[in-house]
Amino acid sequence: MKILTGALLATVLTASFVSADPVDDTLILNEDITLVTRTAAPAHLSDAFDEVMSGWLFRGTETRAMQADDFDNPGMIFVEKAQESWDTVEGTEGKSCASCHDGMESMAGVKPTYPKWNEEAGEMRTLQMQVNACRTERMGAEAWGYDKGPAINMEAALSSVSRGLPMNVAIDGPAQSTWEMGKELYYTRTGQLELSCANCHEDNYGKMIRADHLSQGQINGFPVYRLKNTKLNGSHSRFKGCIRDTRAETYKPGSAEFIALELYVASRGNGLSVEGPSVRN
Amino acid sequence: MRISVISAAALGLIASTAFAEEVLPTAVSFNDDGAVEQSLSGTAGDAANGRIIVGDKGQGNCVACHMVNDLADVPFQGEIGPPLDGAGDRWSEAELRGIVANAKVMFEDSMMPSFYKTEGFIRPGNAYTGKAADDTFGPLLSAQQIEDVVAYLATLKE
Ligand code: HEC
Ligand code: HEC
Repeated sequence: MKILTGALLATVLTASFVSADPVDDTLILNEDITLVTRTAAPAHLSDAFDEVMSGWLFRGTETRAMQADDFDNPGMIFVEKAQESWDTVEGTEGKSCASCHDGMESMAGVKPTYPKWNEEAGEMRTLQMQVNACRTERMGAEAWGYDKGPAINMEAALSSVSRGLPMNVAIDGPAQSTWEMGKELYYTRTGQLELSCANCHEDNYGKMIRADHLSQGQINGFPVYRLKNTKLNGSHSRFKGCIRDTRAETYKPGSAEFIALELYVASRGNGLSVEGPSVRN
Repeated sequence: MRISVISAAALGLIASTAFAEEVLPTAVSFNDDGAVEQSLSGTAGDAANGRIIVGDKGQGNCVACHMVNDLADVPFQGEIGPPLDGAGDRWSEAELRGIVANAKVMFEDSMMPSFYKTEGFIRPGNAYTGKAADDTFGPLLSAQQIEDVVAYLATLKE
């Protein structure tokens, strides 16, 4: 195997394929904040990885540049939309998000800790679930559909004010059982192709699978603006797509399975900077 | 699958030659090394068709994971598995049949999908729809397609 891989690399170079390694580049946002796109793996992951890496390092030069400047990042248009809904009064209580929280900047530091256990409700909440709890319980407004336009825009806005802060989800205490469930899902080989998340993103990151350059499948950059579908995409929708590609029956965005998977995958990126909204192909 | 199995059995008496020699995905016999001696279709493989299957996204899509110099015209070849160049030197026909039918018998826990298998999946889907499998569920490749791919791989000599 080892020898074959060496021979393969030589062929790749002569055939002028895209080099498969992550690039050696630094993400400086708006010529101001330097983001951490590679760092030591969190302790719980040390068996699998020495280093964790943002998906940004696996994308092409132009895509990386788009993300480095808010004027070029198409995801920021959706952040602006969310800023409007932040200030818009909705629901029976006559309140907007701003009525309780001041400006969006007051949310800096929130995104890196989600999904997070909510003691009062006794449940694990993703950021979108927390936003919906505010909407239904405090504003008397309708819940937004999971990963749908307004919800994903708001998640992007909440993420944008935390950019540069390290991902830091808790995996112990009341989070532990959900985390274990997410880990189980991560290593389960699903579908007719019998592939797990780990097969692609742990064992083979850096390699090409057909036209795709495999990353570690981190979610520190979510929501992501994808050039492919020209909209913001949530992590649950991404999970759904990856599972579908194993020829499996998927789970739904917002399902208990994807909440658990989000917590687990987020924890694999603990220490990487929050990047959302990021840009991917 | 269910349906075709039953009708094949029902037709057995009349159309005996058509189905007689096809080995069902559930009845493939692997030897201790993970090789399969017996042809799955009973009909010799067509290497030219096998070449198409290996490169075609909608069929074997083997190039998603393997490079093949002989298929240089097919863009975007993957690098998950070893290059298939010289596979015909390294492996016998029976070994190649075993690898393509179910590589996990020879290579434990291999990432390579099992192309002639219909049971034992977790949440099997209906192709790439994300929906649950229904009664149209069958192996990734048919018995004859496997034979064609094996015939093609056997031509890959260095
Ligand atoms: C058959 C291979 C395969 C499997 C299995 C797979 N993925 Fe992916 N995944 C990809 C490819 C290809 C991409 C796009 C390139 C990249 O970022 O890795 C991707 C992208 C992602 C991304 C986006 C990363 C970014 O920075 O934008 C996440 C997150 C992700 N996958 C998570 C998962 C999870 C969780 C699972 C299991 C439920 C999974 N993947 C299973 C192939 C796979
Ligand atoms: C998702 C990835 C994947 C796909 C798709 C795939 N393979 Fe493989 N294949 C592998 C891996 C990985 C190995 C190495 C065996 C191992 O250690 O698991 C392998 C090994 C092989 C070998 C033995 C390699 C050698 O010469 O030593 C052959 C032959 C082979 N594959 C043929 C095929 C054919 C033909 C197809 C399509 C019908 C195919 N593969 C599809 C991943 C894949």
